[in-house]
Amino acid sequence: MSIWEYANPKKFIATADAVLPWISGLAVVFLVGGLVWGFFFTPDDYRQGSTVKIFYLHVPAAMMAINAWVMMLVTSLVWLVRRHHVSALAAKAAAPVGITFTLIALITGAIWGQPMWGTWWEWDPRLTSFLILFLFYLGYMGLWQAIENPDTAADLTAILCLVGSVFALLSRYAVNFWNQGLHQGASLSLDKQENVADVFWYPALVSIAGFVLLFIALILIRTKTEIRARRLHAIEMRERMG
Amino acid sequence: MIRLLLRDLRLAMRAGGGFGLGLAFFLIVTVLVPFGVGPQSSTLRIIAPGILWVGALLACLLSLDRLFQLDFEDGSLDLLATAPVPLEGVVAMKALAHWATTGLALTLAAPVLGVLLNLAPNGYVWLVASLAIGTPALSMIGAFGAALTVGLKRGGLLLSLLVLPLYVPTLIFGAEVVRRGAEGLAVATPLLLLGGITMGALAMLPFAAAAALRINLR
Repeated sequence: MSIWEYANPKKFIATADAVLPWISGLAVVFLVGGLVWGFFFTPDDYRQGSTVKIFYLHVPAAMMAINAWVMMLVTSLVWLVRRHHVSALAAKAAAPVGITFTLIALITGAIWGQPMWGTWWEWDPRLTSFLILFLFYLGYMGLWQAIENPDTAADLTAILCLVGSVFALLSRYAVNFWNQGLHQGASLSLDKQENVADVFWYPALVSIAGFVLLFIALILIRTKTEIRARRLHAIEMRERMG
Repeated sequence: MIRLLLRDLRLAMRAGGGFGLGLAFFLIVTVLVPFGVGPQSSTLRIIAPGILWVGALLACLLSLDRLFQLDFEDGSLDLLATAPVPLEGVVAMKALAHWATTGLALTLAAPVLGVLLNLAPNGYVWLVASLAIGTPALSMIGAFGAALTVGLKRGGLLLSLLVLPLYVPTLIFGAEVVRRGAEGLAVATPLLLLGGITMGALAMLPFAAAAALRINLR
């Protein structure tokens, strides 16, 4: 029993089918629970008023936007090293989900920033690096779409993902250098004194768990779809030959 | 390797394409900016470093899609890939030829355009220095992007979408050097970081680009 067994598409789909209802159900429970708790049963912040509540969408979305890229990096590496097609397809499946989370984080941030900072957009390091992350996702998806041969596309996008990760990190620190920030520091780290108060912290945790589960569910569904699309393509090719 | 470099240089000169075109593009971008933002020399002085760097970057981008495309179409890239020289070296040489025909020319032309944008007197040295140090990275990153998109029919647009985000750190540090230089501040930190990016790109990207070329030639 090892993780590589799931490189078999059939096994992957069977397992995904088995766990998907549970994960989707839990995702709904946690998301609804976390957001309802956060929106209706937490006190308003004494300075930010009720705008603080957008935090339950903004922070989890931002976390998952980065984690989706990390997942693409790992699956791309697995594809390059071990040539498991499921891995490449999972990376392909993750990109649109990741870019959506990036957009959610950017838009909720802008909505919060308008009343709080008095501006929709500010060239702050965190905001800027998210915009750059958005561009990286766009390029990655564009390359997937442009190449017809699926194996070539998987190889080239995997290389782009590796190189892109290095440059995304570089950009992250370069923009830090370029402009001082307006964005607050980490508020959910485990060891800092300046964390948010517990009243906000627990619903945020629930909401983060919801986003993680939602992400896993979406990836499973999209990877299944990609596997089936690939299979359909193979069948069509075979019929045209025969 | 040297032969390859000379061949690429000769081709670039004779075909007349990239060489003059990149410079002309740089000139036009720089000339258009005052029409857009107005002729106040104080405004121009503030934005000059950024405009010059962005202009150089776009001019560099312009000739990238031809880097491997012509050799790919007439089959000489296949010969180069099977030739007894490492493909990584071929990529590096092609990037070097690209730099010599665009990056170097842009570096030499930049001070003249700096005059048009009323760049502060202290800035000229650092403008040339930052471009001389930074443009090799632009060529090398561009060669990687060109290697990724060489097999595509309309790769040009996608190429810019792929390459421009990768240019962000180079642009930030390059423009920062000129800005600080123009204001008379210390430039050592961004200059060193810019050099670091160039060195890193030159060390790693030939391998990534050669891997991409091998996949495309498969």
